[in-house]
Amino acid sequence: MSILEVRQLAKHFGATQVLQDISFSLDQGEAVAIIGSSGSGKTTLLRCLNFLERPDGGSISVKGQTLFDAADPATQQPEQIRRKRLHFGLVFQNFNLFPQYTALENVMLASQLLARERPDYQSGKKAILAEIRQKAEELLTEVGLQNRMTNYPHQLSGGQQQRVAIARALALSPDILCFDEPTSALDPELTGEVLRVIRSLAQRNTTMIIVTHEMDFARDVADRIIFMDEGVIVEQGPPEQVIHNPREERTRKFLSHFSGV
Amino acid sequence: MFWTVVGALNEGFLQTLKLFGITLVGALPLGLIVAFGSMSRFTPLRWFTRTVVWIVRGTPLMLQLIILFYVPGKILPGGSPWPTGEPGRFLASAVAFILNYACYFSEIYRGGIQGVPAGQREAGQVLGMTDRQIFFRITLLQMIKQIIPPMSNEIITLVKDTSIARIISLQEVIWAGYSFLKGSHGYSGLLWPLFFTGVYYLAFTGVLTLLLGALEKKLDYFKA
Repeated sequence: MSILEVRQLAKHFGATQVLQDISFSLDQGEAVAIIGSSGSGKTTLLRCLNFLERPDGGSISVKGQTLFDAADPATQQPEQIRRKRLHFGLVFQNFNLFPQYTALENVMLASQLLARERPDYQSGKKAILAEIRQKAEELLTEVGLQNRMTNYPHQLSGGQQQRVAIARALALSPDILCFDEPTSALDPELTGEVLRVIRSLAQRNTTMIIVTHEMDFARDVADRIIFMDEGVIVEQGPPEQVIHNPREERTRKFLSHFSGV
Repeated sequence: MFWTVVGALNEGFLQTLKLFGITLVGALPLGLIVAFGSMSRFTPLRWFTRTVVWIVRGTPLMLQLIILFYVPGKILPGGSPWPTGEPGRFLASAVAFILNYACYFSEIYRGGIQGVPAGQREAGQVLGMTDRQIFFRITLLQMIKQIIPPMSNEIITLVKDTSIARIISLQEVIWAGYSFLKGSHGYSGLLWPLFFTGVYYLAFTGVLTLLLGALEKKLDYFKA
């Protein structure tokens, strides 16, 4: 059964139609890579899924629950959006770590704030906070930063910062983890360490949507590739098919810019 | 003679300090509220706030003080709302200074808030934080770090601006110094006490410079 169901999503900025009739689904444990040139709408799609942009049309459902339906105002109440966001995690191109907090604090902060909304928070405060800390330490260890927990973001390399950001997104155990060009802001020698982390997440069947320009990586890691152009999904399918035997001319044209794929 | 002058100047400087302190305590939070008003998505409120800020920043503080002190007494049926004597002058000065400085501070706050990258806010949003949590946990400290230099400037200016209250005869340190020229405490025609008030200002702004520098240094542990 699919965990995410996106139907006919549409979004325009002014006169520009950025997304048009976007429909796709995602299975539990599946990793999907979205490729396409800049301006094709990939980032806007991720931002819509994370409720950073409000779509003009279509619907988004997670685990059978309709989170957003442009035709149903009841699904658009601002006070519910915050909770709905928690179904998704988002790793930004520019990391967006909080500079005044250490790596560990960055990972713990949201969990600590959300824990206050638990009914048993006052009675079990100590245990809850200890649990949050332990989970954050485990996540940072997983991304290879066990020796960097007390460092501030500016003391870390770009690759390390992005790994903290991944741990921070994982801390809230989202149903679907989204990556928005996670290595585009990194020096080439630092992309490997970030891609390794994402790869290991894929091996553990983390449900992911990865917007990327790294074709080799997309082919290796993704179960499926979606190619977008000018706001529409042009083609989707298994990596071998989309990358090596694209059906659409537009896909071929886009891929021809990448040598060695 | 020297100690008579110093005693009088001390008394005047106490009033200077009180006006400085109450202005800071009032204008720092009020300025933040004004800043939110001038960034409001509710257009009438935004325009109203920006108009007020324009008027307050666009006219001399001295004029605002004179209007605030004298005009209510002319137009209100019950006469002047200010208490008589020095307490009334102090209260009127405090209100005028707080309003004036809140408008200046609001623009500094606005710059600071808008200077925090949008990605910081978005990162908080996708992590399920409320607007309040995003402001207090993420934006505020980054904003404070950014605004310390321009804020320091305004605060130092405020120390010296308190002398404007002399226009309604608030008995601050310049007033006290000038009184020895006019005639008081059995002296008249003394010029040096007026010049000597400069020492008070220099000493106090010196202390403030050190304090604000220390605060800036304290926030050096992170880079925005």
